[in-house]
Amino acid sequence: MESDLNFKATELRLGLPGRDECEETVKSTPKNNKRASSESNIRSEIASSATETHPAPKAQIVGWPPVRSYRKKHSESEPGIYVKVSMDGAPYLRKIDLKIYDGYSQLLQALENMFKLSIGDYSEREGYKGSEYSPAYEDKDGDLMLVGDVPWDMFKSSCKKLRIMKGSEAKGLGFCA
Amino acid sequence: MSGSLDHSDKGQTAPDLSIQMALSSDQALEIVLENVLCFLSSRHDRNAASLVCKSWYRAEALTRSELFIGNCYSVSPQRVTQRFRQVRSVSIKGKPRFSDFSLLPRNWGAYFATWLVSMVDVYRGLEKVYLKRMCITDDDLAFLAHNFPALKDIVLVCCEGFGTSGLAFVASECRNIRVLDLIDCDVSDDDEDWISWFPESSTSLESLTFDCVESPINFEALERLVIRSPSLKKLCLNEYITIGQLYRLMVRAPQLTHLGTGSFSPSELVVHGEQEPDYAAAFAACKSLICLSGFKEIVPDHLAALNPVCANLVTLNFSYAHINAEQLKSVISRCVKLKSLWVLDSITDEGLQAVAATCKDLLELRVFPTDAADDADGPVTEVGLLAISVGCRKLRSVLYFCQRMTNTAVTAMSKNCPDLEVFRLCIIGLHRPDPVTGEAMDEGFGAIVKNCKKLTRLAVSGLLTDKAFCYIGQYGKLLRTLSVAFAGDSDLGLRYVLKGCPMLRKLEIRDSPFGDLALHSGLHHYYNMRFLWMSSCRVTHKACEQIARQLPRLVVEMISKDEDKEETSEYVETLYMYRSLEGPRADAPGFVRIL
Repeated sequence: MESDLNFKATELRLGLPGRDECEETVKSTPKNNKRASSESNIRSEIASSATETHPAPKAQIVGWPPVRSYRKKHSESEPGIYVKVSMDGAPYLRKIDLKIYDGYSQLLQALENMFKLSIGDYSEREGYKGSEYSPAYEDKDGDLMLVGDVPWDMFKSSCKKLRIMKGSEAKGLGFCA
Repeated sequence: MSGSLDHSDKGQTAPDLSIQMALSSDQALEIVLENVLCFLSSRHDRNAASLVCKSWYRAEALTRSELFIGNCYSVSPQRVTQRFRQVRSVSIKGKPRFSDFSLLPRNWGAYFATWLVSMVDVYRGLEKVYLKRMCITDDDLAFLAHNFPALKDIVLVCCEGFGTSGLAFVASECRNIRVLDLIDCDVSDDDEDWISWFPESSTSLESLTFDCVESPINFEALERLVIRSPSLKKLCLNEYITIGQLYRLMVRAPQLTHLGTGSFSPSELVVHGEQEPDYAAAFAACKSLICLSGFKEIVPDHLAALNPVCANLVTLNFSYAHINAEQLKSVISRCVKLKSLWVLDSITDEGLQAVAATCKDLLELRVFPTDAADDADGPVTEVGLLAISVGCRKLRSVLYFCQRMTNTAVTAMSKNCPDLEVFRLCIIGLHRPDPVTGEAMDEGFGAIVKNCKKLTRLAVSGLLTDKAFCYIGQYGKLLRTLSVAFAGDSDLGLRYVLKGCPMLRKLEIRDSPFGDLALHSGLHHYYNMRFLWMSSCRVTHKACEQIARQLPRLVVEMISKDEDKEETSEYVETLYMYRSLEGPRADAPGFVRIL
């Protein structure tokens, strides 16, 4: 029975779910005995011949690939996941980038700071007990869910809008699976 | 006209007016010549004309109004201003292209100041300035704005050394400013509200491009400027302009033809319950819009707003937009007239297939990398290139960054797109072979130079042996620009190119095993070139000295990263050599040694 409920998947915790299971991908890089010469070549050779079984450390070569620096500034950062955050009763919406948070506790901390309120502790059965406000979100299907119900990664990809609801209204949300 | 004639009629005493007016046949010829030469616009034609004889040289010099200096150190400002006296437009290029990729230390040179000093007395009527990879200070901009009252167009590309203070000078003092375009410049934020410095009387603006200026803009001042500029056709905003602000500007300027959309993203603070503006309607109102760019922080929800203008778009720059294939498709499927497309590889091969399906008139494609890291896999591959080559037969210019590429795909492109003039393929992984055959990329690039008979510019990458260069030397007869990185086996490679490509003008090489023998093999050709760049290759100091001795009109610069560094390595870190009428420049920094 316990295994069916899959507690681990819904466990509220810091860090990315599934981290225990991830495997290192093996990358093969072309061997190149002919290229001796310059320093930067040597750097890349060391990188590629380091080991065959572990991913090669990515060697930093100056000016490669040939992309202008301002373009690199824009490209290297991954696009953000921007969602609007509304709070019942407040006249203004805020917009936040979910990408910058590692997990729920960081997100909730940020929301508490942003809106000057306390959110309380999450439990699967009772939602956000002991607080005036409960953070909820609208997902891809338009359903209103309680923040914390699903693993962090799933939340990041499905959350469309955040809504900080008054505690009483959020009661019915705790049991959406 | 008469003031410009060299011959003066001395000792004329005849009272008869017709005799006073009588000109020698030489003088008459010169007047005719000047009147005719006025119509020659191409600098190549003018150069040819100036070589005919002395009087043609003189006449041409007096009538040339557009000056183009491809290398600011090839000729001195004094020499230029003494020969050409009636110039209205000046274009100067400074640093070599590899400086864009941090391969040239700061403070190397290319200062605009020396040109200003010479031009100020002679070119009072200067109307247009175009600078690329030059160093310009705020003082230079102030000087320019203050001393050239006829200045209308300022275009700065990849320039640095100035900030928003300099822009404020331009805004406030260039009374007739028509074009102010800053493209890919490094503009420091001096906290100066430069937009506010355009006077209320300034109503002649036709083009304003500041997407590279990375500092906040006074939006109200910008909006007022747009409102009072009825001729404004090109407006390229920076990422500090939100989509809401973009809307307000578009509503004021429906006559725009070129629009850089800024961030294309809402601001963080949105009034609760406020209706979002009808962005699509704003786009629909811009009936002349043919060129779109920006999208620096795009929120893909708003892509649909572009629908009304897609059918008329000629140029689309999505190279800052992190969008996937589906999102691209929603836009590109309507862009039937597109001629130029810049995108990020986030669109994947699938996105490129969509481009190939719709954009049958595409002339230029650039695919930039989202992730600069060396990876085994990437989002775009040979599949995308092949699809493009099949769908976009009229292609003339391709720039393609990828992690893997096959000879088959490159060869297919060489056959499907015979009009290619520019082919730049960057396989990010160093020395990467064809992943399917395990072979070098020689055959693919060989096919390009062989089949694309109009090819003038080529950039190679991946695992390449000397054979690739043999092909380039054999078939690349029209090649003018060649970029090489991490390629070749031996001196033979470079020799093939220097012997075989008579039209070669710009050659830039990095991290390739070419040495002294190869360098010597180009002696017959270096005076015909604008420059040769070789960094992290195998060229010795001695060889450079020999070249400098044998070719006195060549400036041979040896550039090291550090000024104090002892010359421990036997090889020259960076060799940059160019023809020049002036000899070694006086403004070289300590880390540059000129032979």
